[in-house]
Amino acid sequence: MSVARFWRKIPQRYNLIGTRCGTCGTYFFPPRSFCPSCRREGKIEEYRFPGKGKVVTHTVIRSASEQFERQTPYVLAIIQLDEGPRFTAQVVAEPGEIQVGTPVRPVFRRISADGESGVIHYGTKFVPVR
Amino acid sequence: MYVGNMSAGRFIEQEHIGALIADYSGMATRHIPATRVEAACASGGLSFRQAVIAVASGMEDVVVAAGVEKMTDVGTGVSVDTLAGAADREWEGFVGATFPGLYAMIATDYMHRYPLTREQLAQVAVKNHFNGARNPIAQFQQEITVETVIRSSLVADPLRLFDCSPITDGAAAVIVAPLERAREFTDRFVKVRASAQASDTISLHDRADISRLDATVAAGRRALDSAGLSHRDIDLVEVHDCFTIAEICAIEDLGFCRKGDAGRLTEEGITALDGDLPVNTSGGLKACGHPVGATGIKQICEVVQQLRGEAGKRQVPGAEIGMTHNVGGTGATVAVHILEAI
Repeated sequence: MSVARFWRKIPQRYNLIGTRCGTCGTYFFPPRSFCPSCRREGKIEEYRFPGKGKVVTHTVIRSASEQFERQTPYVLAIIQLDEGPRFTAQVVAEPGEIQVGTPVRPVFRRISADGESGVIHYGTKFVPVR
Repeated sequence: MYVGNMSAGRFIEQEHIGALIADYSGMATRHIPATRVEAACASGGLSFRQAVIAVASGMEDVVVAAGVEKMTDVGTGVSVDTLAGAADREWEGFVGATFPGLYAMIATDYMHRYPLTREQLAQVAVKNHFNGARNPIAQFQQEITVETVIRSSLVADPLRLFDCSPITDGAAAVIVAPLERAREFTDRFVKVRASAQASDTISLHDRADISRLDATVAAGRRALDSAGLSHRDIDLVEVHDCFTIAEICAIEDLGFCRKGDAGRLTEEGITALDGDLPVNTSGGLKACGHPVGATGIKQICEVVQQLRGEAGKRQVPGAEIGMTHNVGGTGATVAVHILEAI
Protein backbone atom coordinates (compact mmCIF):
# COMPACT_ATOMS: atom_id res chain seq x y z
CA MET A 1 0.00 0.00 0.00
CA SER A 2 1.45 3.39 -1.04
CA VAL A 3 2.58 5.89 1.61
CA ALA A 4 -0.04 8.46 0.61
CA ARG A 5 -2.81 5.89 0.67
CA PHE A 6 -1.78 4.71 4.13
CA TRP A 7 -1.35 8.23 5.55
CA ARG A 8 -4.83 9.29 4.44
CA LYS A 9 -6.36 6.75 6.82
CA ILE A 10 -4.11 7.40 9.86
CA PRO A 11 -6.86 8.96 12.04
CA GLN A 12 -9.04 5.88 11.54
CA ARG A 13 -6.26 3.31 11.80
CA TYR A 14 -4.55 4.81 14.87
CA ASN A 15 -7.50 6.22 16.82
CA LEU A 16 -10.66 4.49 15.57
CA ILE A 17 -12.14 7.75 14.34
CA GLY A 18 -15.32 6.90 12.49
CA THR A 19 -18.58 8.67 11.77
CA ARG A 20 -22.14 8.84 13.00
CA CYS A 21 -25.34 9.90 11.22
CA GLY A 22 -26.98 12.71 13.22
CA THR A 23 -30.34 11.98 11.55
CA CYS A 24 -30.81 8.28 12.34
CA GLY A 25 -28.10 7.85 15.00
CA THR A 26 -26.27 4.97 13.23
CA TYR A 27 -22.53 4.70 13.91
CA PHE A 28 -20.07 3.85 11.13
CA PHE A 29 -16.68 2.20 11.41
CA PRO A 30 -15.07 1.98 8.91
CA PRO A 31 -16.32 5.55 8.46
CA ARG A 32 -18.88 6.41 5.80
CA SER A 33 -19.31 9.91 4.41
CA PHE A 34 -22.82 9.02 3.25
CA CYS A 35 -25.56 7.37 5.34
CA PRO A 36 -27.01 4.44 3.31
CA SER A 37 -30.37 4.73 5.15
CA CYS A 38 -30.94 8.51 5.27
CA ARG A 39 -29.09 9.27 2.03
CA ARG A 40 -29.45 13.00 1.28
CA GLU A 41 -31.28 13.59 4.59
CA GLY A 42 -28.32 12.17 6.52
CA LYS A 43 -26.03 14.34 8.66
CA ILE A 44 -22.62 12.74 8.94
CA GLU A 45 -20.39 13.82 11.84
CA GLU A 46 -17.07 12.53 13.15
CA TYR A 47 -17.09 10.16 16.14
CA ARG A 48 -14.16 8.70 18.06
CA PHE A 49 -14.89 5.17 19.25
CA PRO A 50 -13.54 4.16 22.69
CA GLY A 51 -13.07 0.73 21.09
CA LYS A 52 -14.79 -1.66 23.47
CA GLY A 53 -16.40 -4.55 21.65
CA LYS A 54 -16.74 -8.29 21.19
CA VAL A 55 -15.83 -11.02 18.70
CA VAL A 56 -18.60 -11.80 16.19
CA THR A 57 -16.69 -14.46 14.25
CA HIS A 58 -13.04 -15.45 13.87
CA THR A 59 -10.44 -17.58 12.10
CA VAL A 60 -6.72 -18.35 12.20
CA ILE A 61 -4.89 -17.36 9.02
CA ARG A 62 -2.24 -20.00 8.25
CA SER A 63 -1.62 -19.17 4.58
CA ALA A 64 -1.25 -15.43 3.97
CA SER A 65 -0.29 -12.96 1.27
CA GLU A 66 3.42 -12.06 1.01
CA GLN A 67 3.14 -9.07 3.33
CA PHE A 68 1.75 -11.19 6.15
CA GLU A 69 3.57 -14.49 5.53
CA ARG A 70 5.99 -14.00 8.43
CA GLN A 71 3.14 -13.39 10.90
CA THR A 72 1.31 -16.69 10.32
CA PRO A 73 -0.50 -18.13 12.12
CA TYR A 74 -2.46 -15.06 13.21
CA VAL A 75 -5.98 -14.63 14.57
CA LEU A 76 -8.41 -12.59 12.45
CA ALA A 77 -11.88 -11.62 13.61
CA ILE A 78 -14.91 -9.50 12.89
CA ILE A 79 -15.32 -7.19 15.89
CA GLN A 80 -18.57 -5.51 16.88
CA LEU A 81 -18.08 -2.27 18.80
CA ASP A 82 -20.49 -1.42 21.64
CA GLU A 83 -22.02 1.31 19.45
CA GLY A 84 -22.89 -1.28 16.79
CA PRO A 85 -20.50 -1.10 13.84
CA ARG A 86 -18.60 -4.19 12.76
CA PHE A 87 -15.19 -4.38 11.13
CA THR A 88 -12.32 -6.79 10.51
CA ALA A 89 -9.21 -6.79 12.70
CA GLN A 90 -6.45 -9.00 14.02
CA VAL A 91 -6.69 -10.22 17.59
CA VAL A 92 -3.50 -10.58 19.60
CA ALA A 93 -4.21 -14.07 20.93
CA GLU A 94 -3.17 -17.68 20.51
CA PRO A 95 -5.26 -19.85 18.14
CA GLY A 96 -8.14 -21.21 20.19
CA GLU A 97 -7.93 -18.45 22.79
CA ILE A 98 -10.95 -16.47 21.57
CA GLN A 99 -14.53 -17.52 20.89
CA VAL A 100 -17.68 -15.97 19.46
CA GLY A 101 -18.68 -13.35 22.06
CA THR A 102 -15.23 -12.85 23.64
CA PRO A 103 -14.98 -9.20 24.84
CA VAL A 104 -12.02 -7.27 23.37
CA ARG A 105 -10.32 -3.89 23.67
CA PRO A 106 -8.10 -2.06 21.15
CA VAL A 107 -4.30 -1.86 21.18
CA PHE A 108 -1.91 0.08 18.92
CA ARG A 109 0.24 -2.38 16.96
CA ARG A 110 2.39 -2.83 13.90
CA ILE A 111 0.17 -4.34 11.16
CA SER A 112 2.62 -4.98 8.31
CA ALA A 113 5.71 -3.61 6.59
CA ASP A 114 6.64 -3.09 2.95
CA GLY A 115 9.79 -5.22 2.99
CA GLU A 116 13.01 -4.55 4.95
CA SER A 117 13.32 -0.82 4.26
CA GLY A 118 9.74 0.08 3.32
CA VAL A 119 6.97 1.81 5.21
CA ILE A 120 5.83 0.21 8.46
CA HIS A 121 2.04 0.21 8.65
CA TYR A 122 0.69 0.70 12.15
CA GLY A 123 -2.90 0.36 13.21
CA THR A 124 -5.32 -1.11 15.70
CA LYS A 125 -5.44 -4.72 16.80
CA PHE A 126 -7.56 -6.10 19.63
CA VAL A 127 -6.80 -8.11 22.76
CA PRO A 128 -9.19 -10.28 24.76
CA VAL A 129 -10.42 -8.65 27.97
CA ARG A 130 -9.92 -10.98 30.93
CA MET B 1 -17.92 -9.59 -27.49
CA TYR B 2 -17.76 -9.46 -23.71
CA VAL B 3 -14.77 -10.86 -21.81
CA GLY B 4 -15.04 -11.59 -18.10
CA ASN B 5 -11.67 -11.16 -16.44
CA MET B 6 -10.74 -10.23 -12.89
CA SER B 7 -7.10 -9.28 -12.89
CA ALA B 8 -5.00 -9.98 -15.96
CA GLY B 9 -3.13 -6.81 -15.01
CA ARG B 10 -1.76 -8.41 -11.87
CA PHE B 11 -1.66 -12.04 -13.00
CA ILE B 12 0.05 -11.53 -16.38
CA GLU B 13 0.63 -7.76 -16.53
CA GLN B 14 -1.79 -7.42 -19.43
CA GLU B 15 -4.65 -4.95 -19.38
CA HIS B 16 -6.99 -4.23 -22.30
CA ILE B 17 -7.85 -7.91 -22.40
CA GLY B 18 -11.05 -7.41 -24.42
CA ALA B 19 -9.11 -5.94 -27.32
CA LEU B 20 -6.38 -8.58 -27.00
CA ILE B 21 -8.83 -11.47 -27.26
CA ALA B 22 -10.78 -9.83 -30.06
CA ASP B 23 -7.49 -9.50 -31.94
CA TYR B 24 -6.20 -13.05 -31.44
CA SER B 25 -9.62 -14.57 -32.16
CA GLY B 26 -9.67 -12.80 -35.52
CA MET B 27 -12.40 -10.28 -34.75
CA ALA B 28 -10.39 -7.08 -34.37
CA THR B 29 -9.85 -6.50 -38.07
CA ARG B 30 -13.61 -6.82 -38.51
CA HIS B 31 -13.91 -4.16 -35.81
CA ILE B 32 -16.25 -6.23 -33.62
CA PRO B 33 -16.73 -4.34 -30.31
CA ALA B 34 -14.99 -6.06 -27.38
CA THR B 35 -15.61 -5.08 -23.76
CA ARG B 36 -13.93 -6.40 -20.62
CA VAL B 37 -16.28 -7.02 -17.69
CA GLU B 38 -14.86 -7.13 -14.16
CA ALA B 39 -16.61 -8.21 -10.98
CA ALA B 40 -13.92 -10.34 -9.32
CA CYS B 41 -14.99 -14.00 -9.36
CA ALA B 42 -18.37 -13.02 -10.87
CA SER B 43 -16.75 -11.47 -13.96
CA GLY B 44 -17.86 -14.44 -16.11
CA GLY B 45 -21.45 -14.36 -14.90
CA LEU B 46 -21.65 -10.64 -15.58
CA SER B 47 -20.02 -11.07 -18.99
CA PHE B 48 -22.81 -13.53 -19.90
CA ARG B 49 -25.45 -11.19 -18.51
CA GLN B 50 -24.07 -8.26 -20.54
CA ALA B 51 -24.28 -10.42 -23.68
CA VAL B 52 -27.88 -11.40 -22.86
CA ILE B 53 -28.83 -7.75 -22.23
CA ALA B 54 -27.16 -6.65 -25.47
CA VAL B 55 -29.06 -9.25 -27.52
CA ALA B 56 -32.36 -8.86 -25.65
CA SER B 57 -32.29 -5.08 -26.12
CA GLY B 58 -31.72 -5.41 -29.84
CA MET B 59 -28.52 -3.33 -29.65
CA GLU B 60 -26.48 -6.32 -30.82
CA ASP B 61 -27.37 -9.42 -32.79
CA VAL B 62 -24.85 -12.17 -32.12
CA VAL B 63 -22.56 -11.78 -29.12
CA VAL B 64 -19.70 -13.85 -27.71
CA ALA B 65 -19.71 -14.07 -23.90
CA ALA B 66 -16.27 -15.19 -22.79
CA GLY B 67 -14.32 -15.46 -19.56
CA VAL B 68 -10.63 -16.02 -18.92
CA GLU B 69 -8.04 -16.04 -16.14
CA LYS B 70 -4.36 -17.05 -16.24
CA MET B 71 -3.44 -17.40 -12.58
CA THR B 72 -0.45 -19.73 -12.32
CA ASP B 73 2.30 -17.44 -13.65
CA VAL B 74 2.62 -15.82 -10.21
CA GLY B 75 3.47 -17.40 -6.85
CA THR B 76 0.92 -18.25 -4.17
CA GLY B 77 1.64 -15.06 -2.16
CA VAL B 78 0.89 -12.82 -5.14
CA SER B 79 -2.22 -14.75 -6.16
CA VAL B 80 -3.56 -14.69 -2.58
CA ASP B 81 -3.00 -10.91 -2.50
CA THR B 82 -4.53 -10.37 -5.95
CA LEU B 83 -7.64 -12.34 -4.99
CA ALA B 84 -7.83 -10.36 -1.72
CA GLY B 85 -8.45 -7.34 -3.96
CA ALA B 86 -12.00 -8.69 -4.43
CA ALA B 87 -12.66 -7.69 -0.82
CA ASP B 88 -12.27 -4.20 0.68
CA ARG B 89 -8.54 -3.45 0.39
CA GLU B 90 -8.56 -0.67 3.00
CA TRP B 91 -10.61 -2.44 5.66
CA GLU B 92 -10.19 -6.18 5.04
CA GLY B 93 -7.00 -6.72 3.03
CA PHE B 94 -5.02 -4.13 5.03
CA VAL B 95 -5.35 -6.07 8.29
CA GLY B 96 -4.39 -9.39 6.71
CA ALA B 97 -7.71 -10.86 5.56
CA THR B 98 -7.38 -13.48 2.82
CA PHE B 99 -10.23 -15.04 0.84
CA PRO B 100 -10.02 -18.37 2.65
CA GLY B 101 -9.93 -16.30 5.87
CA LEU B 102 -13.12 -14.42 5.04
CA TYR B 103 -15.02 -17.57 4.09
CA ALA B 104 -13.58 -19.25 7.21
CA MET B 105 -15.23 -16.50 9.27
CA ILE B 106 -18.52 -17.31 7.50
CA ALA B 107 -17.94 -20.98 8.43
CA THR B 108 -17.20 -20.13 12.09
CA ASP B 109 -20.35 -18.02 12.33
CA TYR B 110 -22.43 -20.66 10.52
CA MET B 111 -21.21 -23.57 12.64
CA HIS B 112 -21.81 -21.55 15.79
CA ARG B 113 -25.45 -21.03 14.84
CA TYR B 114 -26.48 -24.09 12.81
CA PRO B 115 -25.91 -27.83 13.24
CA LEU B 116 -23.33 -28.31 10.45
CA THR B 117 -20.71 -30.96 11.18
CA ARG B 118 -17.09 -31.04 9.97
CA GLU B 119 -17.92 -34.25 8.09
CA GLN B 120 -20.91 -32.70 6.29
CA LEU B 121 -18.72 -29.81 5.17
CA ALA B 122 -16.15 -32.29 3.86
CA GLN B 123 -18.86 -34.16 1.97
CA VAL B 124 -19.34 -31.10 -0.27
CA ALA B 125 -15.76 -31.51 -1.51
CA VAL B 126 -16.09 -35.31 -1.76
CA LYS B 127 -19.23 -34.95 -3.91
CA ASN B 128 -17.66 -32.32 -6.16
CA HIS B 129 -14.51 -34.40 -6.69
CA PHE B 130 -16.77 -37.39 -7.55
CA ASN B 131 -18.39 -35.24 -10.26
CA GLY B 132 -15.03 -33.81 -11.36
CA ALA B 133 -13.74 -37.37 -11.86
CA ARG B 134 -16.49 -37.71 -14.50
CA ASN B 135 -15.63 -34.44 -16.27
CA PRO B 136 -12.83 -34.66 -18.86
CA ILE B 137 -12.09 -30.92 -18.60
CA ALA B 138 -11.91 -30.83 -14.77
CA GLN B 139 -8.65 -29.73 -13.16
CA PHE B 140 -8.92 -32.56 -10.61
CA GLN B 141 -10.34 -35.83 -11.89
CA GLN B 142 -9.66 -37.88 -8.78
CA GLU B 143 -12.22 -38.96 -6.22
CA ILE B 144 -11.44 -38.16 -2.58
CA THR B 145 -12.84 -39.25 0.79
CA VAL B 146 -13.96 -37.36 3.88
CA GLU B 147 -10.61 -38.40 5.40
CA THR B 148 -8.74 -36.64 2.55
CA VAL B 149 -10.43 -33.38 3.49
CA ILE B 150 -10.21 -33.70 7.26
CA ARG B 151 -6.53 -34.70 7.18
CA SER B 152 -5.47 -31.93 4.76
CA SER B 153 -3.64 -28.93 6.21
CA LEU B 154 -5.49 -26.00 7.76
CA VAL B 155 -5.59 -22.90 5.55
CA ALA B 156 -7.86 -20.71 7.70
CA ASP B 157 -9.62 -22.44 10.59
CA PRO B 158 -11.93 -24.31 10.21
CA LEU B 159 -11.26 -24.50 6.44
CA ARG B 160 -8.64 -26.95 5.22
CA LEU B 161 -6.88 -27.23 1.87
CA PHE B 162 -9.56 -29.57 0.46
CA ASP B 163 -12.30 -27.11 1.47
CA CYS B 164 -10.79 -24.59 -0.97
CA SER B 165 -11.06 -24.23 -4.73
CA PRO B 166 -7.67 -24.20 -6.48
CA ILE B 167 -5.64 -21.65 -8.45
CA THR B 168 -6.46 -22.37 -12.09
CA ASP B 169 -5.75 -21.31 -15.66
CA GLY B 170 -8.87 -21.49 -17.76
CA ALA B 171 -11.16 -19.95 -20.34
CA ALA B 172 -14.68 -20.52 -21.59
CA ALA B 173 -17.00 -18.95 -24.16
CA VAL B 174 -20.59 -19.18 -25.30
CA ILE B 175 -22.49 -17.49 -28.13
CA VAL B 176 -25.68 -15.58 -27.43
CA ALA B 177 -28.13 -14.82 -30.25
CA PRO B 178 -31.86 -14.06 -30.63
CA LEU B 179 -33.94 -17.26 -30.43
CA GLU B 180 -35.34 -16.70 -33.92
CA ARG B 181 -31.83 -16.66 -35.38
CA ALA B 182 -30.32 -19.46 -33.28
CA ARG B 183 -31.31 -22.18 -35.75
CA GLU B 184 -29.11 -20.57 -38.42
CA PHE B 185 -26.09 -21.61 -36.39
CA THR B 186 -27.08 -24.83 -34.57
CA ASP B 187 -30.04 -27.07 -33.77
CA ARG B 188 -28.68 -27.74 -30.28
CA PHE B 189 -29.21 -24.31 -28.73
CA VAL B 190 -30.74 -23.70 -25.31
CA LYS B 191 -32.95 -20.84 -24.19
CA VAL B 192 -32.03 -18.23 -21.58
CA ARG B 193 -35.04 -18.13 -19.26
CA ALA B 194 -33.73 -15.58 -16.77
CA SER B 195 -30.77 -13.33 -16.06
CA ALA B 196 -30.52 -11.66 -12.66
CA GLN B 197 -27.85 -9.79 -10.73
CA ALA B 198 -27.65 -8.27 -7.26
CA SER B 199 -25.19 -6.36 -5.07
CA ASP B 200 -24.38 -6.28 -1.38
CA THR B 201 -21.75 -4.59 0.80
CA ILE B 202 -18.17 -5.14 -0.39
CA SER B 203 -17.04 -6.08 3.14
CA LEU B 204 -18.18 -9.24 4.88
CA HIS B 205 -18.31 -7.37 8.20
CA ASP B 206 -21.04 -5.00 6.92
CA ARG B 207 -23.52 -7.76 5.97
CA ALA B 208 -26.88 -7.94 7.72
CA ASP B 209 -26.10 -11.63 8.45
CA ILE B 210 -22.53 -13.00 8.16
CA SER B 211 -23.77 -16.47 7.14
CA ARG B 212 -26.29 -15.33 4.54
CA LEU B 213 -25.42 -13.90 1.13
CA ASP B 214 -28.31 -11.48 0.61
CA ALA B 215 -27.18 -10.80 -2.96
CA THR B 216 -27.69 -14.53 -3.63
CA VAL B 217 -31.13 -14.35 -2.01
CA ALA B 218 -32.08 -11.32 -4.16
CA ALA B 219 -30.64 -12.54 -7.48
CA GLY B 220 -32.09 -16.04 -6.98
CA ARG B 221 -35.56 -14.68 -6.27
CA ARG B 222 -35.41 -12.23 -9.19
CA ALA B 223 -34.35 -15.00 -11.57
CA LEU B 224 -37.13 -17.39 -10.54
CA ASP B 225 -39.73 -14.60 -10.55
CA SER B 226 -38.78 -13.33 -14.00
CA ALA B 227 -38.83 -16.88 -15.40
CA GLY B 228 -42.12 -17.63 -13.65
CA LEU B 229 -40.57 -20.81 -12.21
CA SER B 230 -40.40 -22.40 -8.77
CA HIS B 231 -37.55 -24.31 -7.11
CA ARG B 232 -39.18 -27.62 -8.04
CA ASP B 233 -38.75 -26.76 -11.75
CA ILE B 234 -34.95 -26.62 -11.47
CA ASP B 235 -33.34 -29.94 -12.47
CA LEU B 236 -29.75 -29.04 -11.62
CA VAL B 237 -27.73 -26.07 -10.38
CA GLU B 238 -24.11 -24.97 -10.69
CA VAL B 239 -23.34 -22.96 -7.55
CA HIS B 240 -20.28 -20.91 -6.62
CA ASP B 241 -18.42 -23.32 -4.31
CA CYS B 242 -15.17 -21.37 -3.98
CA PHE B 243 -15.11 -22.98 -0.53
CA THR B 244 -17.19 -25.88 0.81
CA ILE B 245 -19.07 -23.51 3.15
CA ALA B 246 -19.97 -21.37 0.11
CA GLU B 247 -21.90 -24.27 -1.47
CA ILE B 248 -23.77 -24.86 1.80
CA CYS B 249 -24.77 -21.16 1.94
CA ALA B 250 -25.63 -21.04 -1.78
CA ILE B 251 -28.08 -23.96 -1.66
CA GLU B 252 -29.89 -22.32 1.25
CA ASP B 253 -29.72 -18.71 0.08
CA LEU B 254 -31.04 -19.66 -3.38
CA GLY B 255 -34.01 -21.05 -1.46
CA PHE B 256 -33.64 -24.78 -2.19
CA CYS B 257 -33.88 -25.55 1.54
CA ARG B 258 -34.17 -23.80 4.89
CA LYS B 259 -31.15 -22.12 6.51
CA GLY B 260 -29.19 -24.75 8.38
CA ASP B 261 -30.38 -27.74 6.30
CA ALA B 262 -27.87 -27.88 3.40
CA GLY B 263 -25.33 -29.95 5.37
CA ARG B 264 -27.94 -32.64 5.96
CA LEU B 265 -29.04 -32.48 2.29
CA THR B 266 -25.43 -33.03 1.22
CA GLU B 267 -24.96 -35.89 3.69
CA GLU B 268 -28.15 -37.59 2.45
CA GLY B 269 -27.00 -37.40 -1.17
CA ILE B 270 -29.78 -35.10 -2.32
CA THR B 271 -27.24 -32.81 -4.03
CA ALA B 272 -25.30 -35.72 -5.55
CA LEU B 273 -25.33 -36.59 -9.26
CA ASP B 274 -28.15 -39.11 -8.73
CA GLY B 275 -29.97 -37.02 -6.09
CA ASP B 276 -33.15 -34.97 -6.36
CA LEU B 277 -31.17 -31.74 -6.86
CA PRO B 278 -27.76 -32.36 -8.44
CA VAL B 279 -25.44 -29.50 -7.44
CA ASN B 280 -22.21 -28.79 -9.32
CA THR B 281 -22.28 -31.68 -11.80
CA SER B 282 -19.14 -30.20 -13.41
CA GLY B 283 -17.19 -30.78 -10.21
CA GLY B 284 -17.81 -27.16 -9.26
CA LEU B 285 -15.08 -24.65 -8.56
CA LYS B 286 -13.57 -27.20 -6.17
CA ALA B 287 -12.76 -29.98 -8.66
CA CYS B 288 -13.36 -28.46 -12.11
CA GLY B 289 -11.17 -25.49 -11.11
CA HIS B 290 -11.68 -21.77 -10.49
CA PRO B 291 -10.07 -19.54 -13.12
CA VAL B 292 -11.90 -16.61 -11.56
CA GLY B 293 -12.96 -14.62 -14.65
CA ALA B 294 -13.91 -17.77 -16.57
CA THR B 295 -15.91 -19.55 -13.86
CA GLY B 296 -19.27 -17.90 -14.56
CA ILE B 297 -19.08 -18.84 -18.24
CA LYS B 298 -17.90 -22.38 -17.44
CA GLN B 299 -21.02 -22.81 -15.29
CA ILE B 300 -23.18 -21.80 -18.28
CA CYS B 301 -21.24 -24.28 -20.49
CA GLU B 302 -21.88 -27.10 -18.00
CA VAL B 303 -25.62 -26.42 -17.86
CA VAL B 304 -25.76 -26.18 -21.67
CA GLN B 305 -24.05 -29.58 -21.96
CA GLN B 306 -26.49 -31.07 -19.45
CA LEU B 307 -29.55 -29.63 -21.22
CA ARG B 308 -28.29 -30.98 -24.55
CA GLY B 309 -27.76 -34.41 -23.00
CA GLU B 310 -24.05 -34.25 -23.80
CA ALA B 311 -22.62 -34.49 -20.28
CA GLY B 312 -21.44 -38.09 -20.63
CA LYS B 313 -20.80 -39.94 -17.36
CA ARG B 314 -22.16 -37.05 -15.32
CA GLN B 315 -25.38 -36.61 -17.33
CA VAL B 316 -28.47 -35.84 -15.27
CA PRO B 317 -31.17 -37.90 -17.06
CA GLY B 318 -33.89 -35.76 -18.63
CA ALA B 319 -32.48 -32.41 -17.44
CA GLU B 320 -34.66 -29.64 -18.86
CA ILE B 321 -34.02 -26.56 -16.72
CA GLY B 322 -30.73 -25.60 -15.07
CA MET B 323 -29.53 -22.72 -12.94
CA THR B 324 -26.12 -21.08 -12.49
CA HIS B 325 -25.00 -19.03 -9.48
CA ASN B 326 -21.80 -16.96 -9.68
CA VAL B 327 -20.44 -14.90 -6.76
CA GLY B 328 -17.98 -12.01 -6.73
CA GLY B 329 -15.96 -11.54 -3.54
CA THR B 330 -17.67 -12.76 -0.39
CA GLY B 331 -21.07 -11.90 -1.91
CA ALA B 332 -20.87 -8.26 -3.03
CA THR B 333 -21.91 -9.29 -6.56
CA VAL B 334 -24.07 -12.27 -7.53
CA ALA B 335 -25.31 -13.35 -10.96
CA VAL B 336 -27.98 -16.03 -11.36
CA HIS B 337 -29.07 -17.44 -14.72
CA ILE B 338 -31.72 -19.98 -15.67
CA LEU B 339 -31.42 -21.94 -18.91
CA GLU B 340 -33.95 -24.25 -20.54
CA ALA B 341 -33.62 -27.04 -23.08
CA ILE B 342 -35.47 -26.53 -26.37
